[in-house]
Amino acid sequence: MSEEQIKESIINQIVLIAPDIDPDEILPDKNIQRSLEIDSFDFLKMLTALDVELGVAVPEADYGQVDTLNHMIAYFAKRIVS
Amino acid sequence: MSTFVMPSLGADMKSAVLMEWKVKEGDPVTKGMVIAEVETSKGVIEIEVFEDGIIEKLLVEEETDCTVGTPLALIRSKDEAVNTKPTTQDLPKSPSEILKEPEHEIMLAAERIKASPAARKRAQELGIELASLGADKEAIHLAQIESEITAKIPQPSGMRQAIAKAMSRSNAEIPHYYLSASVNMTPALHWLEEYNKNRSIQDRILPTALLIRAVVYVLKEVPELNGFWKDDGLQMSMQINPGIAIALRKEGLITPAILEAGQMDLDATMQALGDLITRTRSGKLRNTEITQQTITITNLGDLGVENVYGVIYPPQVALVGFGRIMDAPWAQGDTLCVRKVMQATLAGDHRATDGRTGGKFLDRLNQILQTPEELL
Repeated sequence: MSEEQIKESIINQIVLIAPDIDPDEILPDKNIQRSLEIDSFDFLKMLTALDVELGVAVPEADYGQVDTLNHMIAYFAKRIVS
Repeated sequence: MSTFVMPSLGADMKSAVLMEWKVKEGDPVTKGMVIAEVETSKGVIEIEVFEDGIIEKLLVEEETDCTVGTPLALIRSKDEAVNTKPTTQDLPKSPSEILKEPEHEIMLAAERIKASPAARKRAQELGIELASLGADKEAIHLAQIESEITAKIPQPSGMRQAIAKAMSRSNAEIPHYYLSASVNMTPALHWLEEYNKNRSIQDRILPTALLIRAVVYVLKEVPELNGFWKDDGLQMSMQINPGIAIALRKEGLITPAILEAGQMDLDATMQALGDLITRTRSGKLRNTEITQQTITITNLGDLGVENVYGVIYPPQVALVGFGRIMDAPWAQGDTLCVRKVMQATLAGDHRATDGRTGGKFLDRLNQILQTPEELL
């Protein structure tokens, strides 16, 4: 799976949770939760959906590595390959 | 025979639109069953029936605006003789005939857009074209019109007005007192991390759920904060129904209750919280959930807030606030270290309790969070 496809999956999930967000407004290096006002419950829901879709479950200890869109893409890309 | 009326879903509510019947005449119903959906300023609310019986007659059509107390349906208890059957057959119209009333159909055909009467009225007031909302399959609800307003005109929505009314009353009537305590959350977070490690991602427990569970646990020891101020006196509640402040993305917030949280363990609390948040945001709450809160819990930690000085929702007598969990210097014995620290605050109604009761609550809350395994 390409990084572009992973990005699309993540953005799809963000838009599902926050339909008011314009995908073009998502800044790739900003904290997803804070800049898009996604609370911890919605963030967990998002990771759950991405686990189903991409087959990678992010352990709590790794939350620091999936804080921005770019970090999240890199995190999933690395684990889907291996 | 008893009459089922439009219930009051908050002191500020005068009327609501009956959107959809979930039962038809002749259907048996049991206590707690959802029989209708109504639309209010708080969104679409599912209405439960409070007795067992059989729906004898539905008295109002769908999409009718009904004031509080309007008879909506007749419910026959199961013991009552079925000799009322001829009456049912003599009724001028069956529900399906009512729906096909020509006038109704013409109206829909003319406007070609399905919308609830409340939505249509509001749209007209504001000069919003229903067609501009572009909903061609689903009926347009009041909430959609309100969101149009927030997008276009700086005018208070129904929810904004409801919050304004309740909070003005609170500050006018309730002599608040505020207490706060620093809680070392490191033990609780460590414990939770270990606990979550062995669980699948959808079964993970959020710190918020642990905090709600802790509040409920301590309220059993300090029941004076769980209840209502009514008729110049404190009425403690046997049930613990914490209202959870849930922000809506558009605007405003709702504080629906986790009903009977006192009976729930940690897993059940998390499940109930997830269910409640999902239904609040999709606008599918039940009337009992928005009217039977016995205390409010506000967690603003996700927003980076340190201290929450809450405004009590009358007639409740307390509000528990949680701030952000952050790294902070912490003295332990003779050494200074860094710990995950959170400010827990309590807003109390001074008519109902004194600082001593509130202080005891925060102290016990702090203690129990140091031994989180007891909260399972």
